[in-house]
Parts: sequence; structure tokens; C-alpha cells
Amino acid sequence: MSSAQTPVTPSTGKLVIAWALVGVPLAYGVYETLTRVAALFG
Amino acid sequence: MGWLDRERTIAPPGFNRWLVPPAALAVHLCIGQAYATSVYKTALVKHFGASLTEIGVIFSIAIVMLGLSAAIMGTWVDRNGPRKAMFTSAAFWASGFLIGSLGIFSHQLWLVYLGYGVVGGIGLGIGYISPVSTLIKWFPDRPGLATGMAIMGFGGGALIASPVSTALLKMYDPNSGAKGWVASGESVGKLFLTLAVVYLAYMMFGAFTIKVPAEGWQPAGFDPAKVKAASLVTTENVSARNAVKTRQFWLVWIALFCNVTAGIGILEQAAPMIQDFFRQPDGTSLASAAVAAGFVGLLSIGNMSGRFAWSATSDVTGRKRIYMVYLGVGALLYTVLALAGSTSTVLYVALAFVIISFYGGGFATAPAYLRDLFGTFQVGAIHGRLLTAWSAAGVAGPLIVNAFLDAKGRPGALNAASYQPALLTMVGLLVIGFVANLLVSPVDARFHEPRPGRVRSEEPALEG
Repeated sequence: MSSAQTPVTPSTGKLVIAWALVGVPLAYGVYETLTRVAALFG
Repeated sequence: MGWLDRERTIAPPGFNRWLVPPAALAVHLCIGQAYATSVYKTALVKHFGASLTEIGVIFSIAIVMLGLSAAIMGTWVDRNGPRKAMFTSAAFWASGFLIGSLGIFSHQLWLVYLGYGVVGGIGLGIGYISPVSTLIKWFPDRPGLATGMAIMGFGGGALIASPVSTALLKMYDPNSGAKGWVASGESVGKLFLTLAVVYLAYMMFGAFTIKVPAEGWQPAGFDPAKVKAASLVTTENVSARNAVKTRQFWLVWIALFCNVTAGIGILEQAAPMIQDFFRQPDGTSLASAAVAAGFVGLLSIGNMSGRFAWSATSDVTGRKRIYMVYLGVGALLYTVLALAGSTSTVLYVALAFVIISFYGGGFATAPAYLRDLFGTFQVGAIHGRLLTAWSAAGVAGPLIVNAFLDAKGRPGALNAASYQPALLTMVGLLVIGFVANLLVSPVDARFHEPRPGRVRSEEPALEG
């Protein structure tokens, strides 16, 4: 089985949920940190 | 538990490989909490009536166990697949918090050492390497990007854990509104219980989402010949047992050790260092405590973003060249920081930001570098052995900086000149790392695994 594999079903919903589960907390962490960083330039 | 076996995790046709990075990130974001222990450090000092050093030992044990378990369990992780490894890591990591909370509630510090330090540390090591070889197999066209995404999570985990832990401590402690408040031991115990449950759930999501590609799978449009065109990239495979016998493994080990030691030198001292650099003759500093806290936050962002950005860039430049940047340009920037860093806060902050991004980049690019040199066969196990460089640097970095600073005076009375010997020592280390990286060449054919129709006459000896 050496043939290239093209996604048959993109499973977009699953992909969005999976990325949101990790992306939302990460974005929150970055935002909270940037608010602290603001003191550096304030 | 057959449902954890590698055979049960083989992806069906049509599986979207972009589901694998969030699975890996879920694990790394959880274990990245290890860098947010400062949030409850003072509370534990007060609760146990212990010294800062005694509480600091909890984190040191965890990092030593990370290196040891990654080195010892690497081959097991490669053989049993990512799902079983992530499941095991989650069990250890959550158990570490549970045992730790028991230690806090019962006032037994040794239980916190055993729980968070030993048991949790094993979870850290297995979790750190668990998705690496799987990601490299799913992204043979962009291994640096793939491992950069996962290892970025280790840097990002602290960014999440820090504010969330602070909010939870305030919620659990009825005295949180008091002036000069330090969280109670009970609230830290409750925090540990909460983290155990939340991290277990998140890591299980990773374990049950991850899949390995079927034998011979390749992404659409991928041409292995293009990858092979780079002289350092092999299509052969080297076992973990043979990899440690090669000169290349130890050269990369030295390069990583030097890069991490230099980075830790700044990270460990970040807050007092910026205040000392801008100390006035009257003893006050131009950098307030709030500015110092902002600086630490900025370094965290640099550490995290460097992991992703530089590792992804290495797919274009090649691994050896990007390490030349980390070590060579890093040495130059360190020199400027030592000699002219105190002339301007903007210059100081910019230099430190780039240096720390190189530190993160070094971590994230290492798995892809190993893939290039040793193939994909046991890259997870080889990566595990390489992480002993991290453990060694974790001891060496702070030791170098603290030894020089102790000789220069007491905290609060140091200035920019006090840091010069330590920083220039780091420059020397980076130059050693640069030379080690420069000496990396393709691995000798006698270390390659036999292929059908080609046998190896005898077990290769250590390379001289």
C-alpha cells in the first residue's frame, strides 16, 4: 500500500472541535500573558 | 487493554492527518503545567514551613524524572504506539497530582516529592515523547512544522495553567481578598485535585484522537526524492541502541545541551535580571516589579512562538543550518546583551526575546533533526535519549549563573556588570555547540538497519 492517500471525508466538524479544544485555552493563555506584557510598554 | 494497542490505532483510509496535531497538543498543553509551579510555590513554603529550596526540589525531581523516563521508556513508547503512551502518561500525570494533594492535606512533604516529582515526572517524560514519532510519520513533508506544533504546547501549557491556577486558588481560599494574601495549603490541595481531573480528561481526548498512519502511507503529492535531495537526510533507519553509538548523536546532544544551558541562564533569572540591568547608582531600578513580570510573560511568548516558528522554518532551511542560527547568531546576540544590553530597555528586551525564541526552537527542531539523521524507525526512543541533554542543562544553566552572581554580591545589589562573566560564559558554550553542530555529518552505513536482501555482518561498535 504505497499509493498516496487523499482524504475521502474531510470530517470538518471533528477537525473544528479538536482544534477548538486546544486552540481556545491556548488563545486565553496568550491573551492573559499579553495583558501582563502590556506593563512592559506602558 | 487491547484497545490501546498500536494495531487498534491505525488510521482508516480518508483519515484527516490534521487531527493528529491537536491530539499531540492536548498532551503537551497539560504537561506544560510543569513550568507554572511558581504560582503556588510561596503557598507551599508557608503551608509546610519549608524553605524555598525544599519546595523547589519538587520541580527539580520532576524534570530529572522527565529526562530519565523519556530515555528509559522511549523504546517502549515506539513499540507500543502513541495511544498507550498517552494513556500511561495521563495516568501518571493525574496520579502525581492526586498523591501530591494527599501530601498537602496530610502535611507530608515527602508525598508531594513522590507524587508530583517522581510519579508526575514519569508522566511528563512519557507524555513529552509520546506523539513525536507519530507526527513525523504523518508529516514526512513538514516534520519540523509538525513537531513544532506539538512542542509549542509544552511552552503554551504554562501560559494557560498560570492564570487558571491563580483564579482557582482565589476561588478555593475564602481569605483571598486579604491584603498580602498567600494561598492556603488547603486551596493548593484542592487545585491539585482539580488539575488531576481536568488534565486526565484532556489527555484522554488526545489518546483517543491520535492515530498512526498505515504502513507505506504517504501524503498526497509527497515526493520522497525531494526530501532525500538534502545531503543530511537519510532514507535508512538506525535503531536507538545503535544511534547512541554514533558520533552524530553526541554532537547533536552537545548542541542541544549548549543551547538549552544558555537559554535557561536567562529564563531562570529573568525577573531579577532586568531589574539589575537597569539599576541606578542609588540602588533603585528603572524596571519596576510590574515591568519585570511583563518581561517574564514576553519571554514565555518568545519561548512558545520560537518552538513553532523556527521549527517550521527548518523544513525550508534544513536542520543543520537552523541550529547554526540558534547557536551562532545566539552567541552574537548574547555578546551584545552582555556588553551593551544595559544601554536601552528596548534593545535588552528585543535581544532576550530572540535568544529565548532560539532556546524554544532548539527543543522543537531536535526531533526532526534526529529523523533526518537516523530515520523514522525508532526516532521517539532516540529523542527520549537526547532529552538527557535537557536534564543536564537544567542543572548546569542555573549553576553557572548562580555561581557567578553569588561571587559578585547579594541579590538587590547587582548591576549589569555583575552578569557579564555569566553571560560571556554562555557565549563560550554557544560557540562549543556551534562547532559540534558544524561537525554533524551523515551517519555511517554500518549503523543502518538491515533491509531485505542486505544483511549486517556484525553488531556495530561505538564510533571512535
